[in-house]
Amino acid sequence: MDALSDKANQPSQPQLAQNRDFSWFVNRVFYVMTAVSAASIALILFWITFQLFRTALPAIQEFGFQFLVTTRWNPVENLYGMLPQIYGTVVSAMLALLMAVPLGVGVAIFLSEDFLPIQIRTPIAFMIELLAAIPSVVYGLWGIFVLVPTILPVLGWFHENLGWIPLFSSSPQTRAMLPTAMVLAVMISPIIISLSRDTLVSLPPQLRAGSLALGATRWETILKVLLPAGLSGIIGSVMLALGRALGETMAAAMLIGNANQIKSSILAPASTIASLIANQFAEATGLQVASLLYAALILMVITLAVNMLAEVIINRFQQVE
Amino acid sequence: MSFKVRSTGRLTWVLGLMVALGTAACGSVSDAPSTSGSSSTESSGGGLSASLSGAGASFPAPLYQRWFSEYNKENSGVQVSYQSVGSGAGVEQYLAGTVDFGASDAPIKDEERKKFSDKYQAEPIQVPMTSGSVVFAFKLDGVDDLKLSREDYCGIVEGKIKTWDDPAIKKANPDVTLPSKPISWVHRSDGSGTTFLFTTHIEAACPGWSAGSGKSVEWPVGTGAKGNEGIAAQIQQTDGAIGYVEFAYAKENGISMAAIENKSGKIIAPTPESAALAFQGETVPEDFALVIPDTANPEAYPIVGLTWLLLYPSYEDANKVQALKAVVDWSLGDGQAFAEELGYIPLEEGLIARVKEKVAALGG
Repeated sequence: MDALSDKANQPSQPQLAQNRDFSWFVNRVFYVMTAVSAASIALILFWITFQLFRTALPAIQEFGFQFLVTTRWNPVENLYGMLPQIYGTVVSAMLALLMAVPLGVGVAIFLSEDFLPIQIRTPIAFMIELLAAIPSVVYGLWGIFVLVPTILPVLGWFHENLGWIPLFSSSPQTRAMLPTAMVLAVMISPIIISLSRDTLVSLPPQLRAGSLALGATRWETILKVLLPAGLSGIIGSVMLALGRALGETMAAAMLIGNANQIKSSILAPASTIASLIANQFAEATGLQVASLLYAALILMVITLAVNMLAEVIINRFQQVE
Repeated sequence: MSFKVRSTGRLTWVLGLMVALGTAACGSVSDAPSTSGSSSTESSGGGLSASLSGAGASFPAPLYQRWFSEYNKENSGVQVSYQSVGSGAGVEQYLAGTVDFGASDAPIKDEERKKFSDKYQAEPIQVPMTSGSVVFAFKLDGVDDLKLSREDYCGIVEGKIKTWDDPAIKKANPDVTLPSKPISWVHRSDGSGTTFLFTTHIEAACPGWSAGSGKSVEWPVGTGAKGNEGIAAQIQQTDGAIGYVEFAYAKENGISMAAIENKSGKIIAPTPESAALAFQGETVPEDFALVIPDTANPEAYPIVGLTWLLLYPSYEDANKVQALKAVVDWSLGDGQAFAEELGYIPLEEGLIARVKEKVAALGG
């Protein structure tokens, strides 16, 4: 009987083994569960791609790579080509980046430095994250009813005075490439700001201290030490933002004008892959559905290429470090 | 950041679960009366009980939704839900058998008819419920009344007439001072029954039009806007814009509409009366598939069309078919007042009688 009370205090040999078995079992289950989760993500991606490919197959067989370089989108004659949409997607995303990157990185630097007391910086950072939570249809409506009427006179001035530049060669329309790119820029800048700021804040403090100790000014420290050190994170944020801009559907469909044309002027309406799909999918039949999904497949490929490029760039710069 | 993502994921799961449970609960609730209802139907007379679901065209959607909610007020046992997902999706769902009825702005195509008869060993049934017209809506500062000859509106949609002070437009509007602003043409960017009606007319009326007709076409000029509301917003924002919307929508939103020249050379303003004239004297074929691209009636407004309900020849649930018959009967009777109120064109008496007869013959 003495032994019993002993056992209660000190686990015996077989009990220890049992505990070990149990924790081994729990570990095993946990491992399997995480593995299944990880595998399911890959599976879903492959499944989506496979389904897209299967539904798009009639269009792929019919048009092949001609689909990428022809400009007609004619549901009546069943002739489809999407060069204008590819052009519109790439140009609108690039224009958006052109505006969002300086803005975003600037704000990120400002928020990561101690220009303002932390009590003011935190609400600003919070508001920026809120910006990312606004639904894109609201951005679209804001673009239509607020942004466009505001900038139209300015764009008119650009056209009248700088019309000789191909970018401003057409009279400004209420639905066009430039307003779309501006709204996209507002939509993607929170991503750039919050990720770049996180990167800059998490840089080792020795970098700054060392640079200042060597006699560098604050600007030199920021531009020559902190930014290069945080470059991989900043580029990563830009690439994520680019991915969002390429795939943005609702705001683009509402603002870009959905015109099947390639114009040098950014004041003229255009069209993007995502907006085309959003517009036409509901009423499409037969080869049109296949072509729309072919377009979706191409958008996926473009996004994949962007992400792979991001990986390559990030690796490059990390090696430089 | 990562924590936030994880918690959203969890929230999605919870929401998903709730939705799933909710639907299951709703399903069982609505199933219950329909299984036990057959005996009570006979005992209580008109007290039908069934829930119907339909999907399809957005063009008649405001009217259908009004009809079904008004009908439900009088007959609380009958619930009709209507999803305005577009004619194409409506036909797809109808063929797949996932709805109790479909709705379309274009008559059912031969290939769709064949698909249907292969699957159900019966002919699909389409009946017109109402008709509507499509108008040229415009915004031009200082101009309220605009008349467009065939040459004018064909030129605008083809992109040949580019400014408002074009001699051709001046000729049709001798009393109006037209500004030298550029014309910006606005068309639908999404596939739509409105576009089908409009391009069917343009194809018939404009010799230079090469883009054909359909729910979406390759427009030679202009910008695309999504939905009637997108077109309306863009027209109201742009001085010098002109586009096409359904009459009911333009009327509701107080947008200026142009009077246009019909086949006989008369300029006709769009009104429900002038549009109704387009159907006068037309013989509706046995399958109700009447399309009038360009009416010959000299007093009629020319861009008009019917919109159809797609019904199955027989239903397994006797309650459903009775409710469906009752709803259609009511809509084509008392419901016609709502059609006029919303700017649609009620069907002619003779046609209504034929539709009622066809629907009454549905098998239970």
